[in-house]
Amino acid sequence: MPCRQLIHHMEAAFPPRPSQRAIHAEYSMNETIRLSKSSSPGVAASPSFSQEVASTSKQPIHTCYQCGNCSAGCPAAFAYDLQVNQIMRAVQLNQKDLVYRAKSLWLCLGCATCSLRCPNNIDVACVMETLRHMARAEKKATVPVVEKFWLSFLNMIRTFGRSYEIGTMVLFMLRSLRLTTDVDLAPQALVKRKLGLLPHTHQGREAVGRIFTRFHELQCKAREGR
Amino acid sequence: MHLAYFPGCSAKGSSLDYELSTQAVLNALGITVWEIDDWNCCGSTPAHAVSTELSSALCARNLDLAAKAGADQLLTPCPSCLSNFRATAKRLEDPDFREKVNALLDTPCAETLPPTSSVLQAIGELVDCETLAKKATISLKGLKLVAYYGCLMSRPPELMHFEDPENPMLIERMLEALGAEMLDFPLKTACCGAAFGIPKRPLTAQNSGRILELAANLGADAIVTCCPLCQMNLDLRQAQAEKAMGRHFGLPVPYFTQILGLALGIAPQDLGLAKLVVPMDALLPKLAPKTSAPNA
Amino acid sequence: MRIGVFICHCGSNIAGTVDCARVASLAAGYPDVVYATYPMYTCAEPGQAAIEQAIHEHRLDGVVVASCSPRMHEPTFRKTVERAGLNPYMFEMANIREHVSWIGRDIEANTHKAAELVLLAVEKLRRNRPLYSREFPVTRRVLIIGGGVAGIQAALDCAEGGIPVVLVEREATIGGKMAKLDKTFPTVDCSACILGPKMVDVAQHPLITLYAHAEVEEISGYVGNFSVKIRKRATYVDWSKCTGCGTCMEKCPSKKATDRFNEGIATTTAITIAFPQAIPKKAVIAKDFCRQLSGKKCGVCAKVCPTGAIDYDMQDTFVTENVGSIVAATGYDLMDWTVYGQYGHGRYPDVISSLAYERLMNASGPTEGHILRPSDGREPKSIVFVQCVGSRDPSLNRPYCSGFCCMYTAKQAILTKDHIPDSQSYVFYMDIRAPGKMYDEFTRRAQEEYGTQYIRGRVSQIFPNGKGQLTVMGMDTLLGKPVEITADLVVLAVGIEASRGARELAEKLRISYDAYGFFMESHVKLKPVETNTAGVFLAGVCQGAKDIPASVAQGSAAAAKVLTLFARDCLASNPQIAHVDNKRCVGCGKCVRCCPFGAISTCTVRGEEKAEVIETMCQGCGLCTATCPQGAIQLAHATDDQILAEVDALCQI
Repeated sequence: MPCRQLIHHMEAAFPPRPSQRAIHAEYSMNETIRLSKSSSPGVAASPSFSQEVASTSKQPIHTCYQCGNCSAGCPAAFAYDLQVNQIMRAVQLNQKDLVYRAKSLWLCLGCATCSLRCPNNIDVACVMETLRHMARAEKKATVPVVEKFWLSFLNMIRTFGRSYEIGTMVLFMLRSLRLTTDVDLAPQALVKRKLGLLPHTHQGREAVGRIFTRFHELQCKAREGR
Repeated sequence: MHLAYFPGCSAKGSSLDYELSTQAVLNALGITVWEIDDWNCCGSTPAHAVSTELSSALCARNLDLAAKAGADQLLTPCPSCLSNFRATAKRLEDPDFREKVNALLDTPCAETLPPTSSVLQAIGELVDCETLAKKATISLKGLKLVAYYGCLMSRPPELMHFEDPENPMLIERMLEALGAEMLDFPLKTACCGAAFGIPKRPLTAQNSGRILELAANLGADAIVTCCPLCQMNLDLRQAQAEKAMGRHFGLPVPYFTQILGLALGIAPQDLGLAKLVVPMDALLPKLAPKTSAPNA
Repeated sequence: MRIGVFICHCGSNIAGTVDCARVASLAAGYPDVVYATYPMYTCAEPGQAAIEQAIHEHRLDGVVVASCSPRMHEPTFRKTVERAGLNPYMFEMANIREHVSWIGRDIEANTHKAAELVLLAVEKLRRNRPLYSREFPVTRRVLIIGGGVAGIQAALDCAEGGIPVVLVEREATIGGKMAKLDKTFPTVDCSACILGPKMVDVAQHPLITLYAHAEVEEISGYVGNFSVKIRKRATYVDWSKCTGCGTCMEKCPSKKATDRFNEGIATTTAITIAFPQAIPKKAVIAKDFCRQLSGKKCGVCAKVCPTGAIDYDMQDTFVTENVGSIVAATGYDLMDWTVYGQYGHGRYPDVISSLAYERLMNASGPTEGHILRPSDGREPKSIVFVQCVGSRDPSLNRPYCSGFCCMYTAKQAILTKDHIPDSQSYVFYMDIRAPGKMYDEFTRRAQEEYGTQYIRGRVSQIFPNGKGQLTVMGMDTLLGKPVEITADLVVLAVGIEASRGARELAEKLRISYDAYGFFMESHVKLKPVETNTAGVFLAGVCQGAKDIPASVAQGSAAAAKVLTLFARDCLASNPQIAHVDNKRCVGCGKCVRCCPFGAISTCTVRGEEKAEVIETMCQGCGLCTATCPQGAIQLAHATDDQILAEVDALCQI
């Protein structure tokens, strides 16, 4: 499968985003948050954000009392710029920009330890996933490399119906320009035949391709509607 | 019982040894399964990270295939696939959501879908530990092991219904019955770093490192897993974890089916043992044919 | 009949959304109403005086006040009309505040509804009959259930006030949880030193009868005349002979009994005296652990006892005590923290409860006051305290704050540093709740003088690190960073729950309890000691989380209530009770079975079985009136006739 064709597929399904750098540069993490209406410089609140997150995720955001248990058990906490509990707090305070700016959203491993141990029965992992969906809908994915990996993976599925590990890797390396990703593993993986050199083919690949095509069409329609 | 089987993509690639050993063990235990024709990838994490509907459509196609082939139950060795299937089945109970998913599919998804289960849970339910012990020909005595389940086998508990979500014990019960010494492993449901090994290596290296380090501190001979991704992070990426932790582990990370297979007397080559990046060759001499107990 | 109607403004509380003048003018047209007005504050002195004046001026023989809930002011106005010469039951109240003005904003609709409620009251009042209380004598003795510090205080105060006390304690010794503590906050004085004298006073007071190792089995009767059946659980030791010498404990070969007094951090002998200052200082055999009692050959204690007090054949016995009042002081238990899988389900020996830690610090505890790790007996140098374990945790249906954990955690951190000067303590907290006198200063001292590190956040997981220590994974929410501590010992500030069996006891006492089993006071602010059952009072944590000073204060308050009740020789009965119409009663017995108070018996009238209401026991709940298929039982002041008149009036509007 020629790479150009793959990239073409992917760009058709997920058009490239505008530069995220502009969004980052505009704010600093410690700007005053203006909770009331104010013309002074600072970060303004987005009035219905908290409600929107609560209703989309179906989670009782308002019950979070900031015990920090979610962050305490979070395996990605060390890599977060905004801890999970801080994201919950920012949502409570309608701080959409602050949330969307957080790299943490994209570093969440989805392990749901936070949800399991939340004393207020909030499915925190579900809130994080909802925020990812909402941020992507507004084209605000702040860790492009993670998104690129997902898209590379999905592109393989779209093309082959099943995941194709080497294909995902190649595509990801091209998209992210990280051409040395995991080369240290290559010898072992090849010797142990950990990776299938060719994609496994099956009849369902066309059906899966059609799922993606319809998904893409619906997304385009939704975007136009907005 | 008509048991459909969904191997998952990794079974045909990075976790071929899991697939081999699963088939061998199911065969030895007399559990017959049939692989559903024409299955597709469940979408894994990337699909649901991008869209719930897309993820569920990919899963629904598989569930639909199983349903239309008359499966009583759909088994998969991979906890991540299982988690996606269960989440999908749950979401499809909502008619509005079902409509959105059907709009993505060629034909609407069957109304009634077969229940889904992991191979681990199915073995636990179909074969009790006593029977397992009776069928075993090799004793695991002398092996000091920890069981590592990962995140998705037990989380979220209201979906996975797998043991105590903080302390599952199924692998321990099985392997203890076969003679192994199972150490209490408090990080048995901690996250290994998932699929972030590729885009954000430190996330995986540090989390897998923590798990490997505790197992090493406890004096385990090996970490027994049940998830292809966990196994890959702990085994293939062990060197990366060692670098992150500044320490050598050299811990073999076999699948529970490989250990089970050894006890059932299946030859190592039929269990894909050679595919383990950190070999467990040093442990094999500890295994000896079972000497029947004097009162048995 | 000549009825006067008073529509109260209650300031703007009612007048804000109800046109009171219009209600009064409508009421003036209701049957038998000869006078209607709308005062500003009817319950105030001028308001009451106006009612009295109107009764005289307009020769009223019945009064309706439309104002607040009868729970607030019905007694007030009954006294008002009584002062003016009317029978207090020739009075009716319409609640147009809680039922009208506070719940709706539409003035038009509210005014109509208020007028309707007044009409109902008038229609009922037209059928009211004067009722008269009877006087009955009081048994001037009190039962106190629970011998913790609250119960002890109540017992001593009652006894000092001249009231004989029956004190029932479930455990073998009184002293409750306080007896297990090492020191107490905020003064860090020795718990046993301050509680001990009070326990001794209980033992020695001539007016106090103590039943330890006993439980309340049954309660019947009513305020002034309760009859209480007490089960004295078998101790297998004749306490009249036991001198508490302890020889049996030394020789008992069964040494693996669970040591409940030491919170399970040690084992004890099957025959034990809980602790050196126990009151009564008598031995008890734990049946499950006794070799002799589990059918094996032993009998060592019987052989060594110098007074021959051991009695392996002892059975539970019962005594019945008559009392006029009851104080419930049943305290609390710690919740079962082993439900927390992330803290190890109780399988890590060096993760212990705060109460177990008290026993580790206590000189009379198993380590003689040396803080040593349960796992290996080593002195811990790094100690982590985790607050709110089982408190403020809605996921476990425990949303409430246990109240005193913040304070004892600070105390334990301070004492730890005193015991082990080169130790470092860490406290994980969500909020520091220290509102008492000298309390906040105390928690500051723990941090400033004793160097305790306070970290704001919950702990996600605790687990052994494979090198003999524990890893504590927490969060510092103030810094926004995860923190990890390698600890030698972890102490969980375990939340409280209602004492085991509290719900069952509440049923016996006929008092209410909340969703968590804590007993309900009659009014959260104004009747914190009373219950809704006359003559039953509350003291201590059984009503809700309290520290020692508050428990002692409530113990004294309950005693004051008892002394007030007993200040009179006789009590007046409530005349709003059920009456049987013998002509209609067919003796089916349904009322006997449905009465929750056992207030209906049967008697034979001219050879026929009839129901009979025991006047002093009937609480006027009305269950029997609703149950009686013949309509033969009528509740005075709420007869079928009166209720139907109200319904009728409502239907005709």
